[in-house]
Amino acid sequence: MKHTISILVENHAGVLSRISGLFSRRGFNIDSLAVGETDDPKVSRVTIVADGDEHTVEQLEKQLNKLIDTIKVKALEPQELLSRELQLIKINATSQQRSEILTICEIMGAKIADISATTLTLEISDTTQHLERFQELIKPYGIKEIVRTGVIAIQKGAETIKK
Amino acid sequence: MIKAAEAMVKCLENEGVKVVFGYPGAAICPFYDELTKSDIHHVLVRREDNAGHSASGYARISGKPAVCIATSGPGATNLLTAIATAYADSIPLVCITGQVSTDQIGCDVFQEVDITGAAEPFVKYSYLIKNAAELPRVFKEAFYLAGTGRNGPVLIDVPVDIQNTLIDFDYPESIELRTYKPTVKGNTLQIKRVCEALKTSERPLICAGGGVISANAAEELRDFAEKTKIPVVSTMMGLGIFPTEHPLYMGMLGMHGVKTANEAVSKCDTMILIGARVGDRAVRSPKFLAKTTKIIHIDVDPAEIGKNIHVDIPLVGDCGNILEQLCAHVECSERAEWLAELSQIKNEVPTENETQGYVNPKMFIRKLSAKLPENTICVADVGQNQIWTCNNFQFKGGRFLTSGGMGTMGYSVPAAIGAKFASPDSEVVAICGDGSFQMQMMELATIIQEKLAVKIILMRNNRLGMVRELQTIHYSDNQTAIHIADGNPDFVALAKAYGIEAERVCTMAEAEEAIEHLCNAKGPYLLECNVWRNETTL
Repeated sequence: MKHTISILVENHAGVLSRISGLFSRRGFNIDSLAVGETDDPKVSRVTIVADGDEHTVEQLEKQLNKLIDTIKVKALEPQELLSRELQLIKINATSQQRSEILTICEIMGAKIADISATTLTLEISDTTQHLERFQELIKPYGIKEIVRTGVIAIQKGAETIKK
Repeated sequence: MIKAAEAMVKCLENEGVKVVFGYPGAAICPFYDELTKSDIHHVLVRREDNAGHSASGYARISGKPAVCIATSGPGATNLLTAIATAYADSIPLVCITGQVSTDQIGCDVFQEVDITGAAEPFVKYSYLIKNAAELPRVFKEAFYLAGTGRNGPVLIDVPVDIQNTLIDFDYPESIELRTYKPTVKGNTLQIKRVCEALKTSERPLICAGGGVISANAAEELRDFAEKTKIPVVSTMMGLGIFPTEHPLYMGMLGMHGVKTANEAVSKCDTMILIGARVGDRAVRSPKFLAKTTKIIHIDVDPAEIGKNIHVDIPLVGDCGNILEQLCAHVECSERAEWLAELSQIKNEVPTENETQGYVNPKMFIRKLSAKLPENTICVADVGQNQIWTCNNFQFKGGRFLTSGGMGTMGYSVPAAIGAKFASPDSEVVAICGDGSFQMQMMELATIIQEKLAVKIILMRNNRLGMVRELQTIHYSDNQTAIHIADGNPDFVALAKAYGIEAERVCTMAEAEEAIEHLCNAKGPYLLECNVWRNETTL
């Protein structure tokens, strides 16, 4: 089962390697890891999507909490989280195909980020499932390159990680 | 303004450090230069890992974080095994390493290694100093982190140019670590739940680990056990908490434990694990145990609870505080039947034979411990000698040290050196095999140089005995890479070459006389016991 875990950490040198090192040495599998500064520049927020059963996640939270740099760890429940991932896709596109692709983008909520004589670079930000669906639709044109940020997530409603 | 290297020394002084263990090199020279101006005594070991083990022995006896020092590159990597050993046994160390100059970091220059990176999986925390002004805060934090909560090693890596930078020195009085707040007191509700569970339990058992010793809570444990009449077994790290002869004490559990303890584990209905992490050598099948037994787990590290065994009642906090809380709430009880059942097993006398021309190591350890004073610090190495000591040493109130978690060979002599510095008036005895002795025998030089009355027992069976036994049992007796007879030196002559009194014994009668010599020796002493090659561990 997939779990989304949000972690607030001190924005110190080496903190990311401490977190990723913990995953590999405790045998936890990470699907994605995204990290960035928060409104407080001394604090970074890490979002990890990991695979495992209830016991694994409990252990993961405890081990993350044990790291000296960790301020807060929260496993977000699937029904209460809002998740997004940004994806850039470069596909083959002749001038004849462009309008067709544009239609797909419009329906799926993607944007054209760049254009060349033979390619289009598409930008889409949504849930992982939505991104995968979009990828399926675009595949027939020939995908040249894909880059994704990894999932970031936040709680729905008024609740925050600090509370 | 003072040099950062001087500030480092002042930090140690501010922490009350009296002795440090180390080995110098180019990248740590500014620090060593300043250290000569201090009253802190530097013990020059003969290899860096032994600086770490000596600091470990010192820390375990003094109860405070101890300091070891090494230079960059190979000095630092040699220290790694000692850091990992301390991490596995939760021993508070502050490890200081020199690093190449800041502008050269990452250039693969002479004696450069990323030691904070290499040590990351087995330090409690580490610092690579990039700004000299941080040093006082870092030292303050390092000592605090090492010696609070679940103790462990903290590494401070200081580039040589940083050591030479001028800074304003002001040792901080307080610590600002918003992320680190170990739980000290036990949750009252959970304390009540434990007391309730004990009310209905007919055959409860306490399993005490090294955490009880770290928390300095042997007395609290005894009070609690005596009030509730709950029998106690210990892990290897917990040995010495209870006197061997105490009627409630049932010995060491686990793969290499004694029958009484293991029977107690299999027959108990409720088990209180305290300061013990359910390691595989102590509890082989935690799943099976948890099925039949109610598990109460008390530990200062919340991450240990539920890691290796399913827990019914978790209780986080300092072992000493929790035992006091429990003692205040729990009702007195009698468990005559359960105790009688275990005592009967405990009183079974093992049959042992003497092999002609050899010292029986188990009988020897019993006789030795009977002669040693009550406050003896006994340090066992790793291998058969360790298990012989664990199961036969009669603990009376002294201390027992060993590398329990990592099983690091070569731990005993350097750890004994550290222990002797921490408690100069105690008798300190290191027990090792001929295999493990040769991983540390360079430290005889340190013993002589520091004029330390450390006593060494060397069990010579001309084999790496524990591996030999493993090969005999599990690999069709295909004995390979365990024969060391052809390379073994004359250990008595070797010790004497260093100026250490030594003798060799081949029978129990000789051994008994030699024990007298060893106990009476005012200086260091090495006693080599000739042990039969096929002597069993248990």
